[in-house]
Amino acid sequence: MSDSKPMLECRSVSIRYRIGDFKNIGLKEWVMRRLTGNYKVVDFWADRDINFSIDRGDMLGIVGTNGAGKSTLLKAVSGIMEPTKGRIVRGGRVSALLELASGFDGDLTVKENAYLRGAMLGYTRKFMDETYPYIIDFAELKSFEDRPFKQLSSGMKSRLAFAIASLVKPELLILDEVLSVGDGAFKQKSEAKMREVLGGGATTILVSHSVGQIRALCNKVLWLDKGRQIAFSDDVEGVCDSYEEFLRDRGSGPVYDPVAAKARIDARRAAAERRAEEARRMADDAARMRKVREVLRRHAAASAAK
Amino acid sequence: MTTRLSEYGFLFEELVKRDFKKKYKRTVLGMGWSMLMPLLMLLVMKVVFEQFFGRTIDHYTTYIFCGNLIFCWFADATNHGMQSLYANASIFTKVNVPKYLFLFAGSVQTLINFALSFVVFLFFCWYDNIGFSWRFLMLAYPMATMLLFNVGIGLVLSALFIFFRDIDYLWRVFIQLLMYGSAIFYTIDKFPPHLQRVFAFNPVYRHIEYFRSIVLNGTVPPVETHLVLAAFALSALFAGFFMYKHYNTKFLYYV
Repeated sequence: MSDSKPMLECRSVSIRYRIGDFKNIGLKEWVMRRLTGNYKVVDFWADRDINFSIDRGDMLGIVGTNGAGKSTLLKAVSGIMEPTKGRIVRGGRVSALLELASGFDGDLTVKENAYLRGAMLGYTRKFMDETYPYIIDFAELKSFEDRPFKQLSSGMKSRLAFAIASLVKPELLILDEVLSVGDGAFKQKSEAKMREVLGGGATTILVSHSVGQIRALCNKVLWLDKGRQIAFSDDVEGVCDSYEEFLRDRGSGPVYDPVAAKARIDARRAAAERRAEEARRMADDAARMRKVREVLRRHAAASAAK
Repeated sequence: MTTRLSEYGFLFEELVKRDFKKKYKRTVLGMGWSMLMPLLMLLVMKVVFEQFFGRTIDHYTTYIFCGNLIFCWFADATNHGMQSLYANASIFTKVNVPKYLFLFAGSVQTLINFALSFVVFLFFCWYDNIGFSWRFLMLAYPMATMLLFNVGIGLVLSALFIFFRDIDYLWRVFIQLLMYGSAIFYTIDKFPPHLQRVFAFNPVYRHIEYFRSIVLNGTVPPVETHLVLAAFALSALFAGFFMYKHYNTKFLYYV
């Protein structure tokens, strides 16, 4: 594996879903419909002719409205599905877990779930033994370790999912809507972690409805709409701008993100407090200096009088 | 495939552990239940059929137990195996893991259930004054082929179950038929020869026959029988893996 080879390359990838009569109809219905010629299958192209390639250390953001084909594309990238047409070339091991918060087992404890998840991602027991303390620490779930998973709040579940996915060191990490979970504090922590993972040279694909996150974290962006590729570029700002414009034109406006809004307000308040503190300290310093000068002057006057 | 197996050894262990925890959660007897099932069936059969067949068959309880042991294992393994893929749909639609692992992990559990019943079986043999000999070691062979056969059939059923849930009901009927058609509580001697030949095609019956030959008659069956058992196991495995290979990326459209 050389560094010059792309980490992941999609060459005119198209993915077709079949929808219609073949599912949930049972054997009798199936035979009947086959016999009467009533058996209907409709093709549905979830992705059409997608082309992109990312290199080692890249962070690709994928944007698009609901039903744009993002999740399907990720399924193909992670090898769960095969593209109907086109080719996907992987330059390394893909550790993908889609819809991270789901797929945990409610009856198992947090610890057991963490190990099971690590095993699914293809890690060894030794590695999990070493990494587990960091995972539980990062997810801030130490006191919940032996509780059944179903007793956790959904935010906690997502925190655990994110902690496992980012602390085990995959070559290609796929994050599908995971950074938008947790409270404001955890979100900032996870974004910081994400930058660290990026700094460590991991390649990441991030799917997010928060354009702000894409802008902040990614160096390449892919925009899908109804299965078609609108743009793939390293001009993240440009693509995000037009995507946001597109959202506004659709009349829905950019998705209001209360967590982001709260973080912004908190940051503004913190900055104001910092400024006030600074001013207070400067005023204090000035007062102290005045006092010192006063004392010095008095001393000088006293010694002159002697 | 061997490299893949070692790579996923950890996942396999974790899946086995999970299945155990889930199965015996909040049961008082825990694994005792799995032993109780064949024993209760044995009791019923003994009470009901002893009057009819017991007079002509020596060691009738042990005779039924041989049949029951194998049949219950087969029924247990295939019924659980059938569900194994579907029950893990939430995993394999999100992570790319070898799908046969779910069935393998489940097989460990049914194998342990069988092993426990087998221990009880040995006690019964002792109680029934069956002479133990080195030939009992040969029982490992039909156990091995039966295990592989169960896995193979489980793979086929679990794949079919994804496509047609009706398989569950059909299989239950089939299992019922199989119970009556495997000479568990009767002998096939009284059937005309052409019907006896039909029994030769019943893998479950062939395994039961092997057990009886060792336990009741103290003779090791001919080489031919060994080859037949191996052929059953390999063809079931081949069919199972063929289905998994062929439908590997298609399962997720159906769940």
